Amino acid sequence: MTPDAGPATILGVETSCDETAAAVVVGGRSVRSSIVSSQVDLHARFGGVVPEIASRAHVELIGPVVAEALAAASTGLHDLDAIAACRGPGLAGALLVGVSAAKALALVTGLPYVGVNHLEAHLYAAWLEEPDLEPPLAVLLVSGGHTLLVIMEAHGRYRVVGQTVDDAAGEAFDKVARFLGLGYPGGPAIDRLAPDGDPEAIRFPRAMPGEPNFSFSGLKTAVVNHARQHPDTPVADVAASFQAAVVDQLVDKLAAAADGAGAPTLVLGGGVAANSALRARVGTLGAATGRDVFLPAPAFCTDNAAMIAAAAWWRLEAVGPTPLDDGVDPTAGLGVVA
Amino acid sequence: MTGTTVLTRSADETRDVGRATAGLVHAGDVIVVAGELGSGKTTFVQGLAAGVGIAERVVSPTFTIAREYVGSVRLVHVDVYRLERAQELLDLGLEDLADDAVLVVEWGDVAAGYLPADHLAVRLTPGPGADTDERTVSLTAGGPSWGARADAVAAALDAR
Repeated sequence: MTPDAGPATILGVETSCDETAAAVVVGGRSVRSSIVSSQVDLHARFGGVVPEIASRAHVELIGPVVAEALAAASTGLHDLDAIAACRGPGLAGALLVGVSAAKALALVTGLPYVGVNHLEAHLYAAWLEEPDLEPPLAVLLVSGGHTLLVIMEAHGRYRVVGQTVDDAAGEAFDKVARFLGLGYPGGPAIDRLAPDGDPEAIRFPRAMPGEPNFSFSGLKTAVVNHARQHPDTPVADVAASFQAAVVDQLVDKLAAAADGAGAPTLVLGGGVAANSALRARVGTLGAATGRDVFLPAPAFCTDNAAMIAAAAWWRLEAVGPTPLDDGVDPTAGLGVVA
Repeated sequence: MTGTTVLTRSADETRDVGRATAGLVHAGDVIVVAGELGSGKTTFVQGLAAGVGIAERVVSPTFTIAREYVGSVRLVHVDVYRLERAQELLDLGLEDLADDAVLVVEWGDVAAGYLPADHLAVRLTPGPGADTDERTVSLTAGGPSWGARADAVAAALDAR
């Protein structure tokens, strides 16, 4: 199904976790603006520290971030066709800020409101740069909060074929980096250091071989144990070996899922999709198995609102607006949406 | 403060300690789970959650800060690992989040000063042996409500 109702202009809002974000996207593909609070200096406008996690921070930032997104797109509220927000999964208090703001704007403008699933939006991030992408896709969605293997069978039809049983992949990167004294955020720190080390120096466990689900908690513990027992191992070797274990696990399961579903296209999403070793390995996998590979730009892998507006466009076409009495769903999963 | 200490030899045994504790918890309880990276905090909570009838898989709440599950009681699983300042903990509004729920806080030492005195403190420590799977799990009942349940905690662990 391809929407043919014309290029609707949608304002998207995302407040599910740390980032307060707003974006204007036309036709589910063309990004007119995408503002993420951590990327712009809003401190000056407000003075003082902006705590990242609190709902209060979202409350303080949502107005200026939305205004900035509209201004950067040279768009007024009257130019919009719909207003969308992420309704979950995420932290309840944080989600409420974005959803309430979007509904308030919908109410005063009379425009339709669209509530969007955060995970579905990560999948639709792919269309922002690859407008002609066609399902079925095998998508590996890896971030600090999520590790999901999704077969997108068609627009609105998703099958989660694997997920983490304990820690998310990005969380493992951050915790191991902090443990190794590499700082935060840990993903980029390990990515930078790993090329200086030997990825085969230590054989860390590849968890749950042959199974679709992921596990990273045991790997994290193995790194801690190794460092305790062999304190003289170069940190670069530990980082490289740890990264190799993560990437092996991710890529092996992506390959198996794509085989199982017969998906001709591989897509990465989420913040860990910025990891250069993972990108390289997925590229190699695609070349070796004759599959197309799509690796979105890091700005669209991490949390952003352009993906919310993109997913909203498809959802609006498929199922129409969301009632204004719809709430937030902090534990929302990814199922058949349409 | 009355404490019980047990030794576990595997993640499954740590999970069993969580499960054994589950029979004693009710809405309004606070459980603080402390221990270094990889010591099995989430593993303990997985057992506790299974014990209160939560079928859903309990995964780490580090990045989302809080995850909520519903079994025979509501369980709010919070991880304060990413919080840099106590103010952020206050901003989370834990009291509202955990209204009528069992509140389980990982890395609770950071937050200890901001949590009610009445709580069950669970501490996981690697060892004492050289086996990397071994953990010493100590459960300490603090405050009147948990203090009154200290003997029951010890009995539940014995019976596991």
